[in-house]
Amino acid sequence: MRRRREKWLALTRTPVGAVSTVLVLAVLALAILGPVLWGHRASVVDTDAISRGPSDTHWMGTDGLGRDIFYRVLVATRLSVELALLATAIGVVAGTVLGTAPSVLPRWAGRLVAAIVNIAVAFPGLLLALFFAVIFGVGTKGAVLAIGFATAPAFARLAQTMAAGVAGRDYVAAARVAGVGRFRVLVRHILPNIGDPLVVNATIGAGDALLSFAALSFLGIGVQAPSYDWGRLLGEGLDRIYINPAAALAPGVAVVIAGLAFNLFGESAAAVIGLRAHSARIGLRPALLPREDVPDRDDGADAGLSAPVLAVQNLQVAFPGRDGWTTPVRGVTFTVRAGEAVGVVGESGSGKSLTVLAAARLIERPGQVSADQLEFAGTSLLNTPERELRSLLGTSLAMVFQDPMTSFNPTLRVGRQLAEVSEQHQGLGRRAAFARAVDRLRAVQVPAAQRRARQYPHEFSGGMRQRAMIGMGLMGDPRLVIADEPTTALDVTVQRQVLRLLARVRADTQAAILLISHDITVVAQTCDRILVMYAGRIVEDLPTAELYTSSRHPYTRALLDAVPDLDTDRHAPLTVIPGRPPEPGQLPAGCAFAPRCPFTDERCRENDPALARIGTAHRVACWHPLATETEHPVREVAVAGGARE
Amino acid sequence: MSELVFDAVSVRYGNRRTGLTAVDGVSLTVPSGQVVGLVGESGSGKSTLARAAVGLAPISSGRVLLAGTDVRRRTRNRHLQMVFQDPYSSLDPRMSIGESITEAMPRGAHPGRGARREEVARLLELVALDPDRAPMLPGQLSGGQRQRVALARALAGQPRVVIADEITSSLDVAVQGAVLNLVRDLQRQLRLSMLFISHNLAVVRYLSDVIAVMYLGRIVESGPTEQVLADPQHPYTRDLLEAAPSRHTTLLTADPSAVADAEPPDPHAPPAGCRYHPRCAIGPLVHSERDVCTTTDPADGAAERPHNAACHFVLSARPTPGDGFGPSAPGGSTSNAEVSTVTPDRRGGAL
Repeated sequence: MRRRREKWLALTRTPVGAVSTVLVLAVLALAILGPVLWGHRASVVDTDAISRGPSDTHWMGTDGLGRDIFYRVLVATRLSVELALLATAIGVVAGTVLGTAPSVLPRWAGRLVAAIVNIAVAFPGLLLALFFAVIFGVGTKGAVLAIGFATAPAFARLAQTMAAGVAGRDYVAAARVAGVGRFRVLVRHILPNIGDPLVVNATIGAGDALLSFAALSFLGIGVQAPSYDWGRLLGEGLDRIYINPAAALAPGVAVVIAGLAFNLFGESAAAVIGLRAHSARIGLRPALLPREDVPDRDDGADAGLSAPVLAVQNLQVAFPGRDGWTTPVRGVTFTVRAGEAVGVVGESGSGKSLTVLAAARLIERPGQVSADQLEFAGTSLLNTPERELRSLLGTSLAMVFQDPMTSFNPTLRVGRQLAEVSEQHQGLGRRAAFARAVDRLRAVQVPAAQRRARQYPHEFSGGMRQRAMIGMGLMGDPRLVIADEPTTALDVTVQRQVLRLLARVRADTQAAILLISHDITVVAQTCDRILVMYAGRIVEDLPTAELYTSSRHPYTRALLDAVPDLDTDRHAPLTVIPGRPPEPGQLPAGCAFAPRCPFTDERCRENDPALARIGTAHRVACWHPLATETEHPVREVAVAGGARE
Repeated sequence: MSELVFDAVSVRYGNRRTGLTAVDGVSLTVPSGQVVGLVGESGSGKSTLARAAVGLAPISSGRVLLAGTDVRRRTRNRHLQMVFQDPYSSLDPRMSIGESITEAMPRGAHPGRGARREEVARLLELVALDPDRAPMLPGQLSGGQRQRVALARALAGQPRVVIADEITSSLDVAVQGAVLNLVRDLQRQLRLSMLFISHNLAVVRYLSDVIAVMYLGRIVESGPTEQVLADPQHPYTRDLLEAAPSRHTTLLTADPSAVADAEPPDPHAPPAGCRYHPRCAIGPLVHSERDVCTTTDPADGAAERPHNAACHFVLSARPTPGDGFGPSAPGGSTSNAEVSTVTPDRRGGAL
């Protein structure tokens, strides 16, 4: 609850929010105090000054009975605001009841209510108000009911849409399974979760109701004499606008200010409760972390290896946060060579995705990428002009993302989207580009490629979409395929197809593969070399052949043991890694894995180990690399299910 | 007794023309105190089956019996509880975890505020969470901790049967193990019957006494875990086993099989005959004379085959060295002596 209060307090921190809050409070105060303070002055009839213009005694002049218009406007605040709030309350309550009824009623009745709301929404609000005004009779009561019911359909629609969204969430399903009745689900789960937007819209609605009321009274079907609100004053003032413009101006200004106050307040409240994103204040970009603990690039040239496709040295990615900058990638150094398949594994938050996104220049502002070296195919990605880079990356780098549904444009045919690559970067004509797209789809074994190319992404299954995505990468001449969790959303049989396809692409084109996965088994099945990342650093870099026999970092071993596979002993508890990875902003002084590591000592807690070379193609960042003979030293510290997090 | 029985359950969505039969006449028994693992790919209907049992999906024919009583006939039935896949959406973000757990308690079971608070503390202890966390909102907890809360909430209903629907698939590997250990301990400690649904065969294997394999709305094979894994009868089970990530296989080589790139079928228009035939490695695409697969539904007569396999060629389905299924087994028998030669590398000390 305290968090909620803080959230609303945050409203006053933006300039618009602060101004509108002050205005709304002022209007409300005036509504309460106005008649008390000036009620008498507003009703005094001054027969000496009938229909006068502004003067020292009557700032805004007087009306036809010689009453002071300024005070009348102030006093009219109460009735105007009161009626507007009353009408809004009627609208909100009626709307919420109508909107949430479908989630309580039986299905057929719910549909009926929804249909009625849909029809009511189609009518313009003011028309409905006039219609109701006629039904309920001319006068204050009629106008309140009219405006109230006229705003109800819009609220009903809003409540209905939001309630339907919440009703589809698992916690509502869970409550129903737990035996909670429909009505209690509505009160306990649905209403609280749609409350904030409803309150915001009600505030904006109050501003609108104020205007509508002024309009009705102005037309003479709202407030009737001797009562008066702003609309009525405006109507009276307008009759004599050539004699005393101030008489019409004063209530007009009051309506505008009060309406604006409610609308702005609602809008800024909407921004605060997160209906709209607002930008954080961004400080200066942090300096590059010192590179003393970054080892030299694994220089494989002497070993007679092929040329590097991607060379990364001391790569850092930083994001501005609430309390300054955080650096989720803290100095990563690795090289991917032509034709090599490199896997990157780690838990979520280890920085593995950010690392490869930085290599593909896909980190968006306000994120900042810095590195001592970041070269793709011999070209620096840090200081080469954007135009040159675009065509290089467009043709030589292929990206495959986790969710293939979001990486295709749903409104364009798949073949068209593939063809676009060749039109953009290779200057092919429309027809030639499409022919190449079909050819590439065939190359990634999409059955009936000619027909499939004319289909939309939603007509493809998940596995087929990933194939098409790989096919898009093959439109150019890829030197590197980056696949970020390409099979996480897929079933095992489809996963196997996609991984095999990647292997085939690599064999056919000599492209290097950089595969990111949270599943170390998948990576081991597909790659030659594995980079294990933890808390924004590479903690171990080793050939796959050595993974199961001679990995040296305790974290690598723990990852291997934590994943149940078809060999896992069913009668022993699974190995777990106690604790959780550190937040990027709260890294321990020493080794980031130390708080979870069974072999931690004083040195680990104080000094962060550098990634050091321990074999021809093996690097590890650990003060106590495990001996290779012991196959499962981590198992001894296995904690059964009772481990507290 | 707390046996959960699915008796020829079908779930149909939509109308006759554009409709979809998500679950098609599934019969499955979760024996008292045992864990039945249900595996299958997405779209196979395994989650729909679970949701039908707890009343979140409409049963169009057949029935679900809990301890002999139709679950639809009981109102406010809390003996059957479910844990959902995504712990980020299965807890109300505006309710403290204590309130969420309290809500699931049967009415009148713990009269008085103090008794309810004690029960919440006990349940949180049970799932290895600090009872002091009860006033916290879900947003303050990690994914693994939320899933523990979801488990505690399910247990608050004092269930006899728990359905766990992909409860570890949205968790990090390091956390997944802890949650699986916890589920295993709780199941044994409370002698729960459990339907454990997952697409991950390794996870299902670790927890289950019985495995059922679902494909396109039907169960195509079921049997004791060890037997099914050591001697799979249905070609789909075998494909799942082979596709499961394992340290003994590599994907660096191209797949020789002719049907390896087949696409999962459209559930709106299931193939005639055997639903698996367009992807089957021993079906009509490979053996052209096996046209019975395209005409006759193998579900008839499944009861007489080993593991109730819905396959016409169960007995001849044994892999031969050229089939791409790895080590071969001498055909015919399911005796243990022979089984042990099937996949020695997979068995380890576990079986």
